[in-house]
Amino acid sequence: MTIRELPDIAKEIIDSAKAGEEIEVALSRGRSTTVNAYRGEVESLKSGSSQGVGVRIIIDGCEGFASAGSLDPEIVLEVVNEARQNLTFAEKDPHQAIATPDGVEPPGLDLFDRSVLEVSEKEKIAIAIDLERRCLDRDKRITGVRASTWADGWAEFALASTAGIAIHEEGGSCSVGVQPLAEESGETQIGYYGDVARRLENLDLEKVVAEAVDGATSLLGATKPASQRVTVIFEPSVAAAFLGVVAGSLTGDRVAKGRSPFAERMGETIAVADLTLFDDPTDERSLGAENYDGEGLATRRNDLIVSGSLNTFLHNSYTARRLGVISTGSAVRGVRSRPGVGMHAMQILPGDRTREELIRNVRNGIFVRGVNGLHSGVNPVSGDFSVGAYGHRIVDGSLGEPFREATIASTVQRMLLDIVEVGGDFEFLPGGTGMSSLVIAEIALSGS
Amino acid sequence: MSEDLAPGPLLDPSLVETTLRVALSKGGEWAELFAEDRQSASSSFDEGRVDSMSSSRDRGVGIRVTVGEITGFAHTSDLSLQGLKEAAEVAASAATSSSRTTAVALNGDGLASTRVKTLPNLVSKESKVALLRRANEAARSAGSAISQVTVGYSEGRRRILVANTAGIFRADDQVRTLFSVNCVATGDQGLQTGRETVGYTVGYELFEENDVEALAERAANRAITKLRARPAPSGELPVVIKNGGGGVLFHEACGHGLEADLVKKGASVFKDRIGQQVASSLVTLIDDGTMGVEWGALRIDDEGAFTQSNTLIENGVLTDYMWDHLRSKDAGRVPSGNGRRQSYQHLPMVRMTNTFVTNGETEPADIIADTTRGVYVAQLGGGQVNTATGDFVFGMTEAYLIENGEITEPLREGNLIGNGPEVLKNIDVIANDFAMGSPGTCGKDGQGVPVGDGQPTLRVSALTVGGTAA
Repeated sequence: MTIRELPDIAKEIIDSAKAGEEIEVALSRGRSTTVNAYRGEVESLKSGSSQGVGVRIIIDGCEGFASAGSLDPEIVLEVVNEARQNLTFAEKDPHQAIATPDGVEPPGLDLFDRSVLEVSEKEKIAIAIDLERRCLDRDKRITGVRASTWADGWAEFALASTAGIAIHEEGGSCSVGVQPLAEESGETQIGYYGDVARRLENLDLEKVVAEAVDGATSLLGATKPASQRVTVIFEPSVAAAFLGVVAGSLTGDRVAKGRSPFAERMGETIAVADLTLFDDPTDERSLGAENYDGEGLATRRNDLIVSGSLNTFLHNSYTARRLGVISTGSAVRGVRSRPGVGMHAMQILPGDRTREELIRNVRNGIFVRGVNGLHSGVNPVSGDFSVGAYGHRIVDGSLGEPFREATIASTVQRMLLDIVEVGGDFEFLPGGTGMSSLVIAEIALSGS
Repeated sequence: MSEDLAPGPLLDPSLVETTLRVALSKGGEWAELFAEDRQSASSSFDEGRVDSMSSSRDRGVGIRVTVGEITGFAHTSDLSLQGLKEAAEVAASAATSSSRTTAVALNGDGLASTRVKTLPNLVSKESKVALLRRANEAARSAGSAISQVTVGYSEGRRRILVANTAGIFRADDQVRTLFSVNCVATGDQGLQTGRETVGYTVGYELFEENDVEALAERAANRAITKLRARPAPSGELPVVIKNGGGGVLFHEACGHGLEADLVKKGASVFKDRIGQQVASSLVTLIDDGTMGVEWGALRIDDEGAFTQSNTLIENGVLTDYMWDHLRSKDAGRVPSGNGRRQSYQHLPMVRMTNTFVTNGETEPADIIADTTRGVYVAQLGGGQVNTATGDFVFGMTEAYLIENGEITEPLREGNLIGNGPEVLKNIDVIANDFAMGSPGTCGKDGQGVPVGDGQPTLRVSALTVGGTAA
């Protein structure tokens, strides 16, 4: 099969637009490799190529969408025809339109490091096997490793529209992940940690091993705590999960459709003055950094909550038109789906004190290492927040015994106002979120 | 590549044989070709109008080669002879040995016919839009508090072909249709939501047996009822779960832990426990991929094994795990029809199909009457489990307080948390009103597959309720 350049395929589709049609085409092509090691050997080596096309056609506010996982000319044609047919059933929404260029310059980040493509298969296998070995060697209570994985991928992406958008980007990344099992006195605990980077040298393998092993061993002997109201410290990954729920409620689609508890609160105080939360895809340090958003507009920094006050919602071009503002460059999409709205690279403004100092300040509380059930116990519309939690007790300013099988609950709205302090232990998490620990008072801990 | 409705297999048998031979050319002991052609369409009705209609198409092939414990895998969407050979070579180079077996004899016709009455893609889009509109009207008429209604329709047809060098050459044609209604109600205390979903492994006949208006009313009423909900209690309480509302409890509490791949790696709290009492003697747990039209029903799994009914726990005693090709070969037994994958781009692993607890003997009303103080859960949302410890959580999307043997106040949402082995032992009564629950998508290691679950009304004598009230 002859390989055609993505922009050429896109142009052909755009050029086929009929009178009155707005067309937006997204195309992708990529390949990926995954190596799993088990007991010192390769367990599986997986590689594959993938392709994608997504076409959005709008006539007079009526939108149709179709997509496929192939760039075969016959399938691409089928997709265009399906999108055209689908739009005839949509009903007019006057705000529906393809994004138009807004003149904002993209940050010009050089995010693709070609060296990630040059890692040899031998090297990938060696890393996966080595990670497993290092977990086993680090602590004698580690009795096995459920999975030790290397993965890498390369992809190119093109987006073009009848409104004049035309971008073509290329990207690559590599990642590792490991799940050690710790055993003691007939009890088993599993840990997990991983890292993602744009180049091999930036993967912090030492940290991955340390965090994964510590995650498994530190929970050995954990018990169920008594139900009570306590002060909690969320470690950065947990704080990111919580603030991710908040950010989801600050997106234009939820706001426009009346599905956000913050819809009517613009300019008001919704959090303590210590909290400043923003999305900054122009910050190269974040793995979420991007030059363009999902509609091909330049990304930009957006300050969502400034010193506790609600400063802006995030918008793509549709939600912006609906609410009479301009897009914040926050469209997110995969080739196979229509553009939504969301964060690219969330960050918090860090506080001053170290994690040890935060802990030292808590008389009776818990340090939360991880939460689960975010998808089942958090309702972003009502704000009800209840999740399973595990970590350590804090007794008189020191970390104490581990706990598990407990839940913590409040509402998102209350938690923002109950934040006692933002930590100075800022770090970029593997997903690209820049986060610190958060101290929150008055949380209901449910256990025995 | 044969055309959509052409009567032949998804891939020509000679193409399949050639590809498998290439797959074995570097010393592979066993090779498999998995071809998939998936077409789906969906439409949503939001804010009083048809919001969007989408369609999608995916087709491709995944090739797997094994040598001993090593698996090589490659996938491609290029179905030409050249594309398939290239993928087979990539998979082959990842699992090599000095042996040279290349004989391939396919045994089967590689054909499957659909079992549904009406293929959804043959039904007009107008008719689907009319359904959305009717459900929207019904939800909005349920009460003035309903402020937002989103209705969704989706259909999917997945045709698969599995061939391997042991001779399997089988196909399946899986059609699933789903309809959902999401409502938001606005009250003095803020917003609440209600959701109802109906979905089966059927075609458009789904709507002959299911009334979308009744479904919409139930979703709307759930949101309205929750407007007067009070915070859920915090701490350990007896929890009664309504029939069909909580099969996910077993999916999380023990289902995942009974998957042989997790057991083999020591990542399950149920490892080495066959023959032991792991649950209350009232509990019999079955995973059954053959259940006609249920959401997790399959004729063959994604490795070509026929699905079957597998008893996992009988009267509280652990009788078996669930198995796929690799794990059953390792254990020297036959697979149980539980080898599944999200798509041709994924390696299969052990997965559940339809997982359920069988009937007990008690009248459901007697269970509530016998509970002095507790929580009645009418609908559970999703859940999550740590299989190594057995600790799991799942969300209550509709729940009430039980006071002095009666269901009283509605409760706000929250998670329940428990430990699988403990909860199984704490099931102290099971009713005689078995029902399957809502269709679900189970996620494991990044792969989602459709699953069903079900259970009669039952009570767990103590479960931690993650609310905020004392």
